[in-house]
Order: sequence, then C-alpha cells, then structure tokens
Amino acid sequence: MMKTAILDLLYLLASVGFIVGLKMLGSPKTARRGNIYAAIGMILAILGTIFIYPSMAGLQVPTFVYGLIFAAILIGTIIGWGIAMKVEMTKMPELVSFFNGMGGATAGLIGLMEFSHNVGHTSKMFMIVAGLIIGSVSFSGSMIAWGKLSGKLRKPVRLPKYNILNTLLAIIVVGFGAYIIISGTGNPLYIYILFGLALLYGIMFVLPIGGADMPVVISLLNSFTGLAAAFGGFLYDNMAMLTGGILVGSAGTILTIAMTKAMNRSLSAVIFGAFGEGSSAAAGSGSKIQGNIKEAGPSDAAILLNYANKVIIVPGYGLAVAQAQHVLHELEELLEKKGVDVKYAIHPVAGRMPGHMNVLLAEANVDYDKLVDMDDINNEFANTDVVLVVGANDVVNPAAHNDPSSPIYGMPILDVENAKNIIVNKRSMKPGYAGIENELFYNPKTSMLFGDAKAALTKVVQELKGM
Amino acid sequence: MNEFLNFVQQNIQMIYIVILMIFVGIELIGHVPAVLHTPLMSGANAIHGVVIIGAILVMLHMNPENLFGLVIGFIAVVLGTLNVVGGFVVTDRMLDMFKTKK
Repeated sequence: MMKTAILDLLYLLASVGFIVGLKMLGSPKTARRGNIYAAIGMILAILGTIFIYPSMAGLQVPTFVYGLIFAAILIGTIIGWGIAMKVEMTKMPELVSFFNGMGGATAGLIGLMEFSHNVGHTSKMFMIVAGLIIGSVSFSGSMIAWGKLSGKLRKPVRLPKYNILNTLLAIIVVGFGAYIIISGTGNPLYIYILFGLALLYGIMFVLPIGGADMPVVISLLNSFTGLAAAFGGFLYDNMAMLTGGILVGSAGTILTIAMTKAMNRSLSAVIFGAFGEGSSAAAGSGSKIQGNIKEAGPSDAAILLNYANKVIIVPGYGLAVAQAQHVLHELEELLEKKGVDVKYAIHPVAGRMPGHMNVLLAEANVDYDKLVDMDDINNEFANTDVVLVVGANDVVNPAAHNDPSSPIYGMPILDVENAKNIIVNKRSMKPGYAGIENELFYNPKTSMLFGDAKAALTKVVQELKGM
Repeated sequence: MNEFLNFVQQNIQMIYIVILMIFVGIELIGHVPAVLHTPLMSGANAIHGVVIIGAILVMLHMNPENLFGLVIGFIAVVLGTLNVVGGFVVTDRMLDMFKTKK
C-alpha cells in the first residue's frame, strides 16, 4: 500500500515536471531551468519504476535482469551524452530527428514484446498495435529524415504515383492492424509482419519529402512518438507515460502547425508535395526577370560597410551550411568598434529549422539583444545604410509582396529592399528552396558578393581590418 | 461495441486525463515565439523518451529464460535511454548559449 502510494507520487511529480518544464521552455529566461525540471521528473519516474515497482507488483526479478537493465541504461547514457555534447550546432535538426527515431523504436519494440502476453485481450491489443504502428513509422521515418538532413540521402525520391501508393500502404497497415486486434490471433508472425509494414510505410512517407521541409516532418514525427508513448501509458496504466506522451503529442502537433505557418506552407502540401511540382512549373512559365546584376568584391563590400552608420545583417540557410556564424560575429564586432550600429534581422524560418538561427548565433556569442524578430525590424530597413544578406534568398524576395503569381506570394518577408544599399552574399545565382528568381538581386541598389559565406566574410573582415 | 463501452467505463479517468492534457499541450505551446521552436522541439523530444518506462517494465516482467525477449528488451532500454539522455543534454547545451551576455 505504502509503496504503491510512493510510486504514484513519483509518477505525479514526473507529470508535473513535464508540464512545468514544457511551460518554462516557452520563454528564453526560464527555458534552461524548465528543461532541467522535466529531466528531474524523468529521473524520478525511471528510478521509481526500477526500484519500487517490482516489489509493489510482487515480481521476483533475477539479479542478472537488473544487471541488464542497468547496463542498458549505462550504455544509452554514455552514447547519448557523448553524441549530444559533441555534435555541431548546425547539425541540430538531424540530431533531434535521430533521438526521436530512438524513442519511436523503443515504442515499436515494446509492442513486439507485449503481443504474446496480451492475446485475447482486445483493448490491450489495440494499445499494443497502435503504439507499435506509430512508433515504428516514427522510427523509420526519422531515420530517413536524419539521412536526408545529414546529406546521406540528398534527392527526394519520388516513385510514380507515390501519393496513391503511400495512401494504399497506409490503408494496408491500418487494416492489417485492425485485423490482428479483431481476430484475436495469437500468431506472433502477424505482429512481425505488421512491424515490417509499418517500418516500410515510415520510409515511404518521408522519402518523397524535400530537405527544406524536413523540420516540419521531424516535428510531426516527434508528436507521433509522443502518441506512441501515450498508448504505452494506457497499456501499463502508467500515468507518467500517459501525461508525458499526450503532452508531447499535442504540443508537437501545434508546433508543427506553427512551423508550417511560418514557412507559409500547409501540412498537406508538405506531405503530398504539391509545392515542388507546382512551383517548378510556375518558375518555368513565369516571367524571367530582366536586368543586370552588379558584382562586388570583398573590398567593395568592406568599404560600403566601413562608411555606414547603421547595418542590418540578414543570416539564412547558407550561413548555417557554411558554418560562417563565428566569422560573421567577428565582422559584427569589428564594425561595432568602428562605431557602426549593427543588428541581426531574424526571419522566423531562417536557418535549417525555425529558431535554428538564434541557436547558431548564440553559439557564436552574438548578444541575444542584437537579434531582432522580423515584425520588429521591418520598419527599420528604410533608415538603414547597408543590409548584408548572408545565404538567405526566399525570405528577402520582394515577389512575396508584389507578384501574385509567385508561389511565395503572401509569405511574410524581411523588407530588405527598403534599405539604401544591399549586399547579398551567395554562392551562385541559383534560386533558393522555392525555385524562383529573386528580383532583389537585380535591384540597382544591390551588390552581389559571390562565394562561400565563410570564405567571403573572412576576406571582408581582412579588408576591414586594413582600413 | 460492448468491448468499447467496457473500455471507456474502466478507463474513464485516463480518458479525462488525455483530453485535459491535449488542451494543456496546446496552451503551453500556443504563444511561443519562433525563436524558441528549435529548443522546444528538442525538449519535447526528450520528454517523449518517457516511453523508456515501458521498456523497463517489459524487462522486469520478462521470463528470464526468454533469451530473445531479453535481447530485444535490452535494446529497447538502450534506445529509450539514448532518447532521454541525448534529448535533455542537447537541449541544455543549446539553451546554455542563450545567456544574455554583457
């Protein structure tokens, strides 16, 4: 009795830790403590399960099984900690995806193991099958997303009619799962087939989706894993699993929708890929922009920056790829020393996923107060001498304002064109993710500074030092 | 149908919790600036690692002679731990950089 109460209390504390932690993660000041509260909740729940649960349930657990559990936790901790401490901040999206996949795999394996214990118990079998399907899809999908983001799988693979194919596969997976539940079969082969089918669906689900949409997919799979954990909570009557899982499931869904909004996309467009095909057609038939581009060397750029009073830097995906955040910070400090007012304009989807740019610049020690959100900085461009765009493209494309036929029309952008001078650093004239031309590059006020962000900025810094 | 009604009756408290938690989740995330989306996703990612409890329960209930079961359970605990530890540690590392410098 006493032990049950203590275990219940620990699970309660864990749930409160998750809720309070997630709440605090929503504000920059409290975020770090929030993460720690959630972690403490998790530790309490795990310790309670290992040390109190067995005697409460009257289990005789052999010592070597305990040994295995501790060994597994030790191995997981060492590897997980190691990866988490070592990874570069630019690789954050694929890392989240990787860890998410691990959670999904855990849920899938739990389903495999619990099947034979619960044959004939319809509602428990429902929890097992649902958790197994969702967990497995989340696992294989996350692994594909991880591969895509880390550059192992570069091209989106699109089988012909993949939308129909995938829908069909989804129906088969769900139908087969329903058959297992309703028929009450005890044949373990069935659950392994279901496991395999769900894994296949996860792969097919993510494979056709383009790299730039991966953050949305990861966020979606993140909420999937939460859901899978919640089904586990039902299966074991475990409140910590239930609350933690549902919390992440619902929060993850909202986060997914918020992300698609910030990218001016709809979730169905991400999944069914309408964007890729539609825009390439539009770009092909749409008007080619006429005009000349003006190329600038590092010294031209340095001179422009040196004699400015106010500079706004617009960092984008190209900065993250080139890992140029440190040299950009050096440039900023140099200009500040020369009395130039420098700020960063952060578009909500700058970087490789929403909020990623803030993490990267924070890593390079850029002062948090210098990062200004899009809505707050858009009025300031008009009285800015020089805007330095580093590896950003679609988020500064004026077509979003003035070309109703453009696929990005209506997307909120940074009004860079209002500034007196614009320097754009890009590797080439290649269009950005949306696959469309950017008339900003042809603007008479714009100078193009071609080259890898890191190399180009390093040269600009050298020039500036000599002035 | 009967089975379903039975299930609802037996688990009515849990069903209430599910519904309330859905709204808690929506409220918690609804007003977060895009700036924090990355750490938030990473933090939420760590929290669903709570699925590890299921893996531990599988191990505790496992018949010690079921070698295959022990191996799968062992792997499940390792992977679950990866999710939990990796998730929390990397979130902390990220947020550590958000300190206001002066």
